Amino acid sequence: MTSEVQAPEMAAGAAPGSRGFQTAAWIGASILGLWVLVAIFAPLIAPYGQGELLSDESFAVPGNVGLLGGDYLGRDILSRVIFGARMTLGLAAIITVIGFGVGIALGFLAAVAGGVIDTVLSRSIDAIMAFPSIMLALIIIASLGTSMTVLILTIAAIEATRVFRVSRALAMDIAVMDFVEVARARGEGLWWIMLREIFPNATGPLAAEVGIRFTYAILFISALSFLGLGVQPPNADWGSMVRENLQGLLFGSTAPIIPAAAIATVTFSVNLIVDWYLHKSNRDISDEILQ
Amino acid sequence: MTALLEIDNLWVEGKPPGSDFRPIVKGVSLSVNRGEVLALIGESGSGKSTICLAALAYARPGCRFAGGKVLLEGQDILALDSEDRRPIRGAKVAYVAQSAAAAFNPALTIGSQVTEIALVHEIMSATEADRRAVDTYRRLDLPTPELLGGLYPHQVSGGQLQRLMAAMAVSCDPMLLLLDEPTTALDVTTQIEVLTAFKAIIKQQQSAAIYVTHDLSVVAQIADRIIVLNDGMIMEEGTTKQIVEQPTHDYTKTLMKAVRPPPRTTVKTGAIRDDPSADTTPVLEARGITAGYGRVKKKIVLWDVDLKVSSHQVVGVIGESGCGKSTLARVISGLLPQVSGEIVHKGTVLPPAVAARRKAQIQSIQIVFQMADVALNPRQRVRDIIGRPLEFYMNMGASARRERVGELLELVELPRDFAARFPKELSGGEKQRVNLARALAAEPDVILCDEVVSSLDTVVGAAIIDLLKDLQQKLGVAYVFISHDLSTVASFADTIVVLYAGRVVERGPTMDVLSPPYHPYTRLLLSSVPEIRPGWLEDVMKTREAISGISREVELTDVGCPFFARCPLAIEGTCDTQAPPHREPAAGHLVACHRELDDLTGDIIQH
Repeated sequence: MTSEVQAPEMAAGAAPGSRGFQTAAWIGASILGLWVLVAIFAPLIAPYGQGELLSDESFAVPGNVGLLGGDYLGRDILSRVIFGARMTLGLAAIITVIGFGVGIALGFLAAVAGGVIDTVLSRSIDAIMAFPSIMLALIIIASLGTSMTVLILTIAAIEATRVFRVSRALAMDIAVMDFVEVARARGEGLWWIMLREIFPNATGPLAAEVGIRFTYAILFISALSFLGLGVQPPNADWGSMVRENLQGLLFGSTAPIIPAAAIATVTFSVNLIVDWYLHKSNRDISDEILQ
Repeated sequence: MTALLEIDNLWVEGKPPGSDFRPIVKGVSLSVNRGEVLALIGESGSGKSTICLAALAYARPGCRFAGGKVLLEGQDILALDSEDRRPIRGAKVAYVAQSAAAAFNPALTIGSQVTEIALVHEIMSATEADRRAVDTYRRLDLPTPELLGGLYPHQVSGGQLQRLMAAMAVSCDPMLLLLDEPTTALDVTTQIEVLTAFKAIIKQQQSAAIYVTHDLSVVAQIADRIIVLNDGMIMEEGTTKQIVEQPTHDYTKTLMKAVRPPPRTTVKTGAIRDDPSADTTPVLEARGITAGYGRVKKKIVLWDVDLKVSSHQVVGVIGESGCGKSTLARVISGLLPQVSGEIVHKGTVLPPAVAARRKAQIQSIQIVFQMADVALNPRQRVRDIIGRPLEFYMNMGASARRERVGELLELVELPRDFAARFPKELSGGEKQRVNLARALAAEPDVILCDEVVSSLDTVVGAAIIDLLKDLQQKLGVAYVFISHDLSTVASFADTIVVLYAGRVVERGPTMDVLSPPYHPYTRLLLSSVPEIRPGWLEDVMKTREAISGISREVELTDVGCPFFARCPLAIEGTCDTQAPPHREPAAGHLVACHRELDDLTGDIIQH
């Protein structure tokens, strides 16, 4: 066999771009990993405390105050970004976990139980989703007060509605498969069907969704903080840092740009990982079809 | 004159996930002349579809051509780049896939899909293509050819859709048609309908064809020449007559053996058949089951169905798709609560819904589904799949469970170490064995087998049937065996229930059902079972049953006999208005028909 015949469309092995996705995912994971380390060891790394006033000067240039300059109160931007990583990433992680727990549980329940339960759940969640999410959050937080718990639960609830939609649709497709019918015919309860039959088959798309929702959570907290209803001073979080220092733009300061850039890097790196995961699970699926 | 298609020493390699490329097709050479129908037969995995697709210079994802030539009219199409291949595909060489339901886009009209090839290749204008399409529908004997193009795929029957695939394929007058198992998974009656259409179109087109199948009796009807494949290599080659009548290679003989003989030649021996009147309490009984789908206003699909299963017995339920066979299984298992009637297990009436039944009641009636692939959770290992009923019904501990799973695997003739595998690491037949082992794990009295061999190769299916018989001997389990394949049921069942459009039209001991007097529907089913005999297709199309009964869909009716529209013996004014009386030609044998028994007695035309 000397004649090698191979057309582009048959190239199996490494699908085009596969390597690229992997490299990108590594870059994303490194950036994210770095931020996680920064968040964990913030007190050790940060040159100053997050509320420490270093100068009378507003928007001091780098060198005068800290490595990245000072904010509107003369605090060190670098230290505040480092402490902010804690707040922003930590909150986003908690919100994502709660949002997914609730969203998946309700979504699967609606799909598996069907009937009245599905109708009631779906319509109520439609009703919640009909409100613009930022407005809904503003109303809830304004009426319940700006505590950390309220902030977390509000954003988690809003995230959960989105997760509900996705997981219900996913579970609907899986619930009609014969192996779920077999489980029903065996007399299994709802809990087993949701947890053992459906969930393992939905992890791929759900994991991708985790990445996307995590990013949204960061942006959501930032947006609320920007409006003054999120994280309260003197705690630093990236969103509120952008808001506080917005004035600095007029003076040519980079103070609002740096936390914004931090948000961008996290969003970006999470998305790189998600893209790789989606690409990978799509390839797994086509491999399975091939079988 | 050279051959139309010549494949010379073709090697194709495939890459299973996680391992290296390995050859699937190993140095196959063949040729197809103009106007000739070549059949490629073999089990799944023998490389027949891969060879077929090579005629389009197409390798499935994960496969690649490793060597050889595919010459179409003397031109090596493997050497062309993808741009130069395009004019060939669809226009010169056309492909008909196995499942029409999956090949049609449900969101587009039939017409737009049938004419698509011609328009994409800019061979003709839209109006011309439409005109030609209507012409093809007419030649294929499809109903209302002028209106058909405007319909959507779900608005026509499965058999019609399959014929429309042929219409699509011939829309550009291709030189070569590739038919990839186009009749597998169809009802016997639909299979005849589709085969007849394909045969006609090949003749009219004067085109050559490659017909891929695992079913020898189908091949005998349509092919001029047969190539038998196994494991990517040619085992035997010859004319249809030669192969069918004097197979020389052992593998061909195995394939021949797996073809189930027509039912009337295999009547069970008296030893197995019990006297139905001497029955003890049946282990399972369905009384007057009426059931349907829909939450608010039910669409009824089963009317007043009775079924009785004695212990150690096999009850066959037959009928075409849409007759309510699977619905009956779902009702018995409690997945679909009935509207009226009752399910009785060993003298106790079971609650309709599975959720309301007690564990022991559920345990004693197990169900095995048709599609072996989707009945196994792809994320669970075989040991968890089979182990779950042990844990669920019997509270078996982990170590006892491991031992029992091993035993069950051995019982279904699989190696013990399969326990660690995932379903995707199993073949179709192995998956069905695991399904069976899961049902057996519950140690049930009755197993509901819903078309368990329909999606399998003939050889694999025959092995599963043998296993089922074996298990019945060993364990004394009873089966409700649901199938559209009369020959399978006949070789296996003690009693047969013939369902048509949700009603029992005939019921009785196998021997009585398979001998006259027949219900006209039973007769249609009987005459539709394919035989390995060239010319059988033409003969069967001449019978009165076929003339009135083939190419018709199962329609549900509220009044009269549901078979009225397809029945050659229908009495206008009676059959369509009144429910047929139940006649009893022998004890335990029931025929629901307005005709006198004498009218139903004539034998099926034999040769």
